[in-house]
Amino acid sequence: MREGMFRNLSGCAISGIISRSGKRFSGKSIIDSIASMHDRSNGLGGGFAGYGIYPEYKEYYAFHIFYDNNTAKKESEAFLEEHFDIINLSKIPTKKIPEITDEPLIWRYFVAPLPTKLADSQLDEREFVAKCVFKVNTTIDGAYIFSSGKNMGVFKAVGFPEDVGRFYRLEEYEGYCFTAHGRYPTNTPGWWGGAHPFALLDYSVVHNGEISSYDANRRAIEMYGYKCTLQTDTEVITYIIDYLHRKKGLTFGEICSVIAAPFWSTIEGKSQEEREELEFLRNAFASQLITGPFSILVGFEGGMMALNDRLKLRSMVIGEKDDFVYVASEEAAIRVIQNDLDKVWSPKGGEGVIITLEKGTI
Amino acid sequence: MAVDYLYPDYEIIRNYDRCIACRVCERQCANEAHEYLEDSNKLVSDDAKCVNCHRCVSLCPTRALKIVKTDHTFKENVNWSGKSIKEIYKQANSGGVLLSSMGNPENYPVYFDKILLNASQVTNPPIDPLREPMETKVFLGAKKVKIERDENGRLKKNLTPHVVLSMPIMFSAMSYGSISYNAHESLARAATEMGILYNTGEGGLHEDFYKYGPNTIVQVASGRFGVHKEYLNSAAAIEIKMGQGAKPGIGGHLPGKKIVGDISKTRMIPEGSDAISPAPHHDIYSIEDLRQLVYSLKEATGYTKPVIVKIAAVHNVSAIASGIARSGADIISIDGFRGGTGAAPTRIRDNVGIPIELALASVDKRLRDEGIRDNVSIVVGGSIRSSADIVKAVALGADCVYIGTAALLALGCHLCRTCQTGKCNWGIATQRADLVKRLNPNMGYKRLVNLLTAWQHEIKEMMGGMGINSIESLKGNRLMLRGVGLNEKELEILGIKYAGE
Repeated sequence: MREGMFRNLSGCAISGIISRSGKRFSGKSIIDSIASMHDRSNGLGGGFAGYGIYPEYKEYYAFHIFYDNNTAKKESEAFLEEHFDIINLSKIPTKKIPEITDEPLIWRYFVAPLPTKLADSQLDEREFVAKCVFKVNTTIDGAYIFSSGKNMGVFKAVGFPEDVGRFYRLEEYEGYCFTAHGRYPTNTPGWWGGAHPFALLDYSVVHNGEISSYDANRRAIEMYGYKCTLQTDTEVITYIIDYLHRKKGLTFGEICSVIAAPFWSTIEGKSQEEREELEFLRNAFASQLITGPFSILVGFEGGMMALNDRLKLRSMVIGEKDDFVYVASEEAAIRVIQNDLDKVWSPKGGEGVIITLEKGTI
Repeated sequence: MAVDYLYPDYEIIRNYDRCIACRVCERQCANEAHEYLEDSNKLVSDDAKCVNCHRCVSLCPTRALKIVKTDHTFKENVNWSGKSIKEIYKQANSGGVLLSSMGNPENYPVYFDKILLNASQVTNPPIDPLREPMETKVFLGAKKVKIERDENGRLKKNLTPHVVLSMPIMFSAMSYGSISYNAHESLARAATEMGILYNTGEGGLHEDFYKYGPNTIVQVASGRFGVHKEYLNSAAAIEIKMGQGAKPGIGGHLPGKKIVGDISKTRMIPEGSDAISPAPHHDIYSIEDLRQLVYSLKEATGYTKPVIVKIAAVHNVSAIASGIARSGADIISIDGFRGGTGAAPTRIRDNVGIPIELALASVDKRLRDEGIRDNVSIVVGGSIRSSADIVKAVALGADCVYIGTAALLALGCHLCRTCQTGKCNWGIATQRADLVKRLNPNMGYKRLVNLLTAWQHEIKEMMGGMGINSIESLKGNRLMLRGVGLNEKELEILGIKYAGE
């Protein structure tokens, strides 16, 4: 049984760190943070997203790809060459450790869409790239592009997250933002692509929860051209965020009012202007409302968003120190890397916390 | 001729030990089934006149009456049932079309009864609606969203007009004429109190009821009775009736003897003239004509109201719905083959159309496959019997349901299925003043409010069990459904898994 053949429910741990000033720091601290929540995972999936990690290639899309075999690799590379200018390709550096086994072939490509292909497609560049990612993932057997943004990358595997971090030598990367995920699935996935973060373009999502609106969200988003092949909450949440932010042009604040919308009773108490806006968003994007427990961290180019479900059915704590902001499922996972905090607080259900880099920092 | 004699289907059993000869039964029966014998101070009954409406049973102060199914029978025959034989005798005698009322009572599958709901355990907490907010508010209308902002970057509220409901339930179309003034008043007041809508049907809107306009859907049917600008503008939404589940492909006929007084005035036709609704709209012979009517109605109301197009669930319902979703309509209403009626040819009612569950699943899927599900909301009816049916319909993909029969039951209807006689003992499907006054709107509206309140609470309980705290997250959420006793094809059309999968 592979991820995508059944609906996989998971409990989890999440953690994220961002430097508001865009200061780049090593991936070691995010490993230490997620490691402290070892018991919230069960060794069946862990992963990280790092932002600002490829400054030398920041103009290019960084594709991270799992291949089951060389045939899949050949077929995918032929497809990539047909659609992209490949600037650089290499194996992603890993370290053999006994805790992580059965790894697929893991490759990285820095690419730019071929101008002629892009013009022919009549799509904007990001839509073109997203379409190509879907194409590879749904049509080439044994190939899976799990990271496709610029100046960012996802690193994930089956195993405990701290082992996954060591395996990928994450401490050797430096970025302005990292997120991490430890997974506690109720089924055995046994497939690396099913680990989290889940990413599309520069959007990455780590999520703890089980959303009850899943099939309503899935059937709605599939109408807009997305294909939910993994049957996981994180996948559908990522597509919803991509749809609302990239395709519809909503701000992250507005997105929070859609996916974890305030209750009608709360909306009634707002000023007329706010009420009209919230009612418009809830009505227009009713099918993108997410119910059931979740805490999510959304990474994007230049920032990070933390959000709980509207009833706050999952724990999530925020800590601040100087220009650093820390978000984790447990306060201990923040204190283990920064005990001297200026401020510690728990956002309310549905209260989005959006941290963006100060202007001109990247 | 002796061959035409039919033994009654039901017998009135009177317990003479209890009967005190108070004559209530005699006074209450508009069919005159009970008769008082002065000489012997005794009441007797004629079973042949009884329609089994339970009016006398309900009002008998000593519980002396009951109605039982007769054990009189033809020689048993699986092929030729007593019903089939009797219908042939009737038609051989009259030469006429058989008429019936209310929904198809025959033994076809009820798919709602073969679908089961999910609940949360361990991985996801159920939510208690008595402790946490649980939302059932629904907006009906097109959701074709184009994000535009003003010069300050604020979102423009550019959606087309919507109907707002406190819960996903509306009262379906029942005309003034087919049901009484008091029944209409009960529906209108209950809709207003509960924040939902009722529907005028094709009989126009009585002048007394314009005040309920914000909670009214006005219907435009093929007869165009009672349609004028003020009528259209008084309402929250306008419904074009193309068809009805009980009689797809058939128009309507309200006999001249019922076109009296206010009904004549409201329908805008002379007293005593038959009100004939043609089978088609004679200005709509195809989909492009429908578009013109949709926009005519929008022009007449200044694009301030959503337009509903109501169709019967027939074989190619999804293709028809796809056409309607591109016609400018804001809402599609689909009426299943079990939907009720005041009168329909029996053969049509019992043999034409398809189950609403299959029609709904198929339309919802087709509109999504074509990427036009956001063009319209979907309302389904025929027949919704309980809050569980509503939850299942919403999870299959409906935005809202219509209830007709259930609302009439709340008002006292006992489903005797003889509305066509106009002698409704419960004051619902009649225009006889002495019968109409039996339905007290003050009590009738309260019973409807009670029913809606109870159903809303049950919907919240079921949603909470599934861990869903807003109705929009239930819409089309088919993973919350499992089938039992269904074959592969039925599961495929419903788009649900089998229990245990």
